[in-house]
Amino acid sequence: MLDAATPLELERHRPYLLRFALLQLRDKSAAEDAVQETLLAALQGAARFAGQSSVRTWLVGILKHKIIDSIRKTARAVPVESRVAEDRAEDAEAFFADDGHFAEAPGEWASPDRSLEERRFFEALERCLQALPKSTATAFTMRELLGLETEEICKELGISPSNCWVMLHRARLSLRACLERTWFLAGAPKAG
Amino acid sequence: MIFRLSCKEATRLISEGLDRRLPVPERIKLRLHVGICDACTRFTSQVAFLRRAMEAFPGPDAPERR
Repeated sequence: MLDAATPLELERHRPYLLRFALLQLRDKSAAEDAVQETLLAALQGAARFAGQSSVRTWLVGILKHKIIDSIRKTARAVPVESRVAEDRAEDAEAFFADDGHFAEAPGEWASPDRSLEERRFFEALERCLQALPKSTATAFTMRELLGLETEEICKELGISPSNCWVMLHRARLSLRACLERTWFLAGAPKAG
Repeated sequence: MIFRLSCKEATRLISEGLDRRLPVPERIKLRLHVGICDACTRFTSQVAFLRRAMEAFPGPDAPERR
């Protein structure tokens, strides 16, 4: 067995994995379960860890599967109608004037990639994601955090592709506006 | 006028372009709009940044909080 996969070494990654799972699942106990199952699976499968990727990347790979399992379980328990209904009303309307122009045009972001080195940026991003309606956030993180294709997202959430695109469009509009307001215009990058 | 997109329609196509391959007519319409629209040019690079940010989540290693 590789040193990288000793229980102690794996345990070190728990807070990181939990944050990842929590962003997707928005439910503490579901996230804790997914992480617990991930660490157990990692321990059992330690011999299969090829050492080509980092331990963390390997763990995140396992975690993604556990998260999808968890989403499936919830999807079975909650009727589709009540999950997507909350999102149907607004679409992208709120961000545009009647003539289709931006209500508030996107501003200039100063060297955004420097923000990726700041922990506080990711905290701002988390807050913006939490502000989204749950099903919108779920679809968005399935796409961008888990890296699923829209077909898979539609299937898991029981929604049509066009509904899925509408939700992703709205998620991006909201997150863009939220990051601009709470991070880029708040002058935070300089304060790091 | 069939080539005219509003910003609302353009951002929808920009977003969809991140999730599927757009049909050629849509891509042409989009290019014509983004070419003359600063707001949608910014939107394009900002949603691309959003994708990079999500790939980088949860960001730089937090110091051990235990």
